[in-house]
Amino acid sequence: MLAEVAQLLVNGIVTGTLLAVPAIGFTAIFAVLRFPNFAIASHCTIGAFAGYVANVTFGVPAAPALAFAFLVAGLFGLLTDEFVLKPMRPYGALTTAIAAIALTVVLENVVRFAFGNDLRGYDLPIFRDWRFWGIRLGPQQVENMALAVSVMAALFLFLKFSRTGKTMRAVADNPTLAAIKGIDADLVGRIVAFVGMGLAGVGGMLLGLDTSIDPLTGFRVVLSVFAAAVVGGLGSIPGAVVGALVVGVAEELSLLVVEPTYRSAVGFLAILIVLTLRPRGLLGEKAY
Amino acid sequence: MENYLVAIVTFAGIYALLAMGLNVSWGMTGLVNLGMAGFFALGAYASAILTVRTGAWIPLGFGLAAIVAALAGAALMGITRKLRGDYLAIITLGFSEFVRLVAANEIWLTRGSDGISGIPGPWRGELSPAQFNVLFCVIVLVLVAVAYVVCERLRDSPYGRVLRAVREDDTVAAVAGKAVDRYKLQAFAIGAGIMGVAGAAYGHYTSYIAPDIFRPLITIYIFLALTAGGVGNNRGAVVGAFLVMAILEGTRFLWDVVPGLAAVQKAALREIVIGVLLIVVMRLRPEGLLPEPVPKVLDKETTR
Repeated sequence: MLAEVAQLLVNGIVTGTLLAVPAIGFTAIFAVLRFPNFAIASHCTIGAFAGYVANVTFGVPAAPALAFAFLVAGLFGLLTDEFVLKPMRPYGALTTAIAAIALTVVLENVVRFAFGNDLRGYDLPIFRDWRFWGIRLGPQQVENMALAVSVMAALFLFLKFSRTGKTMRAVADNPTLAAIKGIDADLVGRIVAFVGMGLAGVGGMLLGLDTSIDPLTGFRVVLSVFAAAVVGGLGSIPGAVVGALVVGVAEELSLLVVEPTYRSAVGFLAILIVLTLRPRGLLGEKAY
Repeated sequence: MENYLVAIVTFAGIYALLAMGLNVSWGMTGLVNLGMAGFFALGAYASAILTVRTGAWIPLGFGLAAIVAALAGAALMGITRKLRGDYLAIITLGFSEFVRLVAANEIWLTRGSDGISGIPGPWRGELSPAQFNVLFCVIVLVLVAVAYVVCERLRDSPYGRVLRAVREDDTVAAVAGKAVDRYKLQAFAIGAGIMGVAGAAYGHYTSYIAPDIFRPLITIYIFLALTAGGVGNNRGAVVGAFLVMAILEGTRFLWDVVPGLAAVQKAALREIVIGVLLIVVMRLRPEGLLPEPVPKVLDKETTR
């Protein structure tokens, strides 16, 4: 029993770390552009398939394939934001959110049109799982986690120290003041659309590395992504990380009491509980 | 062919109910509902389970469907009432997935992914399939008419004015002494209730429901229907629903002309068309074909 709980905890931390990547993307876009960009689902899928093309078709190893996933999903994010979502923003956050759902349906079906509905797996070397104290841990899981952590570390450094990162935080914190200081909100918006959706793409691929991918890959994880962002506090990047770990661990621990098929319901319940007890999330709404 | 057309009109009528339900919450009150598939499913399951299990009178099933969906709507609205609309968007989106999960897993109640078959329809046994088709089409059209009259009364009444005030600026409505939270809760619940009725109609018409029928895509269909028809306008909601149904069915044949497309690709193209249309309509004609009528009282003062 104890070993089982420990195993689930380990799995939960791994899942949570991977989940944190798209959750950061979602929450960062919310922080700067002030609307929930539901198109994150299709961008997870696009990233997963871009990584698949790099990895399987061109035989690139996982880490550089992730970079490709970031670029492709980011580019899609940038272009669709510029031409589809940005013109909607004057009509309000909710209208933009609805357009984002339409966008996610379109992009998901573009992927479906190109690749079909079949499940696809990445081409990865197979290793034997490590075992210690009765807990199994796959080298692939560890590598995925390391990749996720490095992506997040790079992002934190970018936000903390680079000039662009600082302007992004400034716009998130107080758009009016940022505008007075001469920060180009349009440019910051483009950067956050690119980086946020790029992260979604990386997240989609990371979550798919362990299993397989299909056009619904993004859609299946998106509820957990929302849950992570809301639990941590919508718009807070450290919150998204904490929220993702909480949701990841909760999803795994739920296996003790419910059927595995209910795993994705945990995200919804987490949202309900947090909004009832602590609507601003664990870390409160704060941009950085 | 007649049968096919009658069936299309029936489904369009069901969409019209959904669109009017959405119009009460989103069109009149500005409360976004991205979980339409969930309320639709909830209504369908509530009515199907009641009538199949207990053999209850079908109108009771419709009633239960409305109540269950309305209560669920009130609960979701209650949880997010103090928060920005973004949270309602997220929670309703999650809700529709949650309903689908429960429907797929609580086999004792919903028969899981096998679905519930043999849902009774009014006089289904006594009538030929073609006659039943026509009868049910009439029933759905009557439901649409009733919903239309109720929603129009709602829109014209002082109550509807408060809803619009909440939509435009809920702080101002609150300053004017209106219990904004209560209005939001009621409007959202009424909208959800109408969607529940649509679900019940769907189940009793097709006699079979399963979790996969209630895909979130329906949310896009209905938003397109309402946006194309005219947000805030009940007539627009109905017209938009028929329009969307025509597009859905029309595109079904369109791709047959193009050679070399797999079935999956045709299905994908159909959904791309719907998604792109929603974006284009929102972008180019956000007020829809039939814009929301300006309230009569204001009309005299504002014209010229």
